[in-house]
Amino acid sequence: MDAVIDVLLDIFTKPAVIVALIALIGLAAQSKSFSDVLKGTVRTLVGFLVLAAGAGVVVTALNPFGEMFQHAFNVQGVVPNNEAIVAQVLLDYGSAAALIFFFGMIVNIALAATTRFKYIYLSGHVAFYIAAMFAVILGVAGFAPWAVVLWGSIAQGVYMVVSPALVQPFMRRVTGTDDVALGHTGGAGIALSGLVALITRGKGTSKSTEEMNFPKGLGFLRDTTVIVALSMAVIYVIVGLFAGAPYIENELSNGDNFIVYLLLLAANFSAGVFIILAGVRVVLAEIVPAFKGISEKLVKNAKPALDVPIVFTFAPNAVLIGFLASFVGGIVSMAAMVAMGTAVIIPGVVAHFMTGAASGVIGNAAGGRRGAMLGAFANGVAISFLPLFLLPVLGNVGLANATFSDADYGVFGLILGGLSAAGGQVAIIVGLIASVAVLYVLTFVLRARDKALAAATNTPEAREVEADLTDEAGRAATPPAVTPRH
Amino acid sequence: MTKFLAVCSTGLGSSFMVHMNIEKVLKELGISGIEVDHADLGSVSPSSADAVFVGSDLAEAAAGLGDVVVLTNIIDINELRAKVSDAAARHGHTA
Repeated sequence: MDAVIDVLLDIFTKPAVIVALIALIGLAAQSKSFSDVLKGTVRTLVGFLVLAAGAGVVVTALNPFGEMFQHAFNVQGVVPNNEAIVAQVLLDYGSAAALIFFFGMIVNIALAATTRFKYIYLSGHVAFYIAAMFAVILGVAGFAPWAVVLWGSIAQGVYMVVSPALVQPFMRRVTGTDDVALGHTGGAGIALSGLVALITRGKGTSKSTEEMNFPKGLGFLRDTTVIVALSMAVIYVIVGLFAGAPYIENELSNGDNFIVYLLLLAANFSAGVFIILAGVRVVLAEIVPAFKGISEKLVKNAKPALDVPIVFTFAPNAVLIGFLASFVGGIVSMAAMVAMGTAVIIPGVVAHFMTGAASGVIGNAAGGRRGAMLGAFANGVAISFLPLFLLPVLGNVGLANATFSDADYGVFGLILGGLSAAGGQVAIIVGLIASVAVLYVLTFVLRARDKALAAATNTPEAREVEADLTDEAGRAATPPAVTPRH
Repeated sequence: MTKFLAVCSTGLGSSFMVHMNIEKVLKELGISGIEVDHADLGSVSPSSADAVFVGSDLAEAAAGLGDVVVLTNIIDINELRAKVSDAAARHGHTA
């Protein structure tokens, strides 16, 4: 009997199996045919193993980088890249991460159905990544495995409605509608950009980025494989020059020329990310459509929260300005870290592109071209220092040569980590219950306000107010991206 | 079988959404026999699919991938419906 239980335990504690079972449930929920269910389940199982294999490739490229950086500067050098860190984390925390990802979707649907926060977080890849981070932080806080999954799922579900909600006031200005939201782990940094743009707008004299003539031809920036390989090559060679050719050729490259060695190492890093992305794509292929289908049935007026490129077409110039301003923020921050002698967060080009570009679009909608620049710069500083502060919260994972890159990992990770430092597991549990309570209190307060407004519209003065409000809504409905701001 | 491919830079988020929306629109239009998938820009070649769907921000980078359908606004389902219907007709599929 015990032997049977041991075998079952062996099966059901393997992350690849858990992910495959989640896909199986998703496929069955969509009432797919037997062959589709079998195909999808096996594909997901294999996809997860592909992802894990990519972790090995990324680590072989990152370990020499870490040693080289340590030798050259005597501090830890960290590459913020979600794929690189998540693939490594999944080797130890895979089961918990997969279960948090799964139950988090259920909590998301429950919260969206019963509160005013109608967001359904459909960017499965980043949801999976942040589930991995919650698994790490709760594991480091000492929770038992079942408790990691329980509290992690609640944290995940709350996260999935709060992050889109933070950006939504600014999203309305970009898209001219309240029906679509932004779902990305860059959310906090993108909302910060909107806020900075509003504060620095002054009397609103800054024109829209879209009235500028801006050079085209940077389309190659959009090929992730190429941009990761090129940007890592630049970083590897610069660090390699500081570490010195003799050190690299004696200690790391087995005598190969150090430049050749470093360029191939950078290409290796990109190869690892490529493999991980392919694995993630397969893992999500069966799960996200099921989540979308079920949420559409259960949540009335659901607002899908979608990945950042949905805003790129609203303001193409702001995309480039935002990337550049965010990247400059990353470089300035790195210089500050070198001066202060802390661990150094290398600017991650992919993170600065994705979240910086979205920050540019949001900043432009809130405060014109000045808003786009200052807002995206603020995002760039945020996604440099937040990962730095997050490192100690992650325990052993914080000692790796890669880390989580976007603002939400820092903000939500530091909240959980701060609670843990202040009052251990009890504080985390109280904090999570309180955050759910706040969502419901806000729902009741806003509902009461709406009722009061509806009742007040029966008086003549109120009708005037209502007319003003309608006018306001009408103006908000024109996409600001194409409207010059004066 | 005719194949439509939605493409974005990582092939994870927005292309997946466009992929799901294309399937939804094809179902609404009553068109069958078209396989839909999504991919990252770096993995796509002109022989990958009969029609490639991208947001206008990727139009330049995706040029040369054969029948490229550029979406002005990738969250506009009406625009997608019209362009999917046209693309399906171009490749011999009508409702």
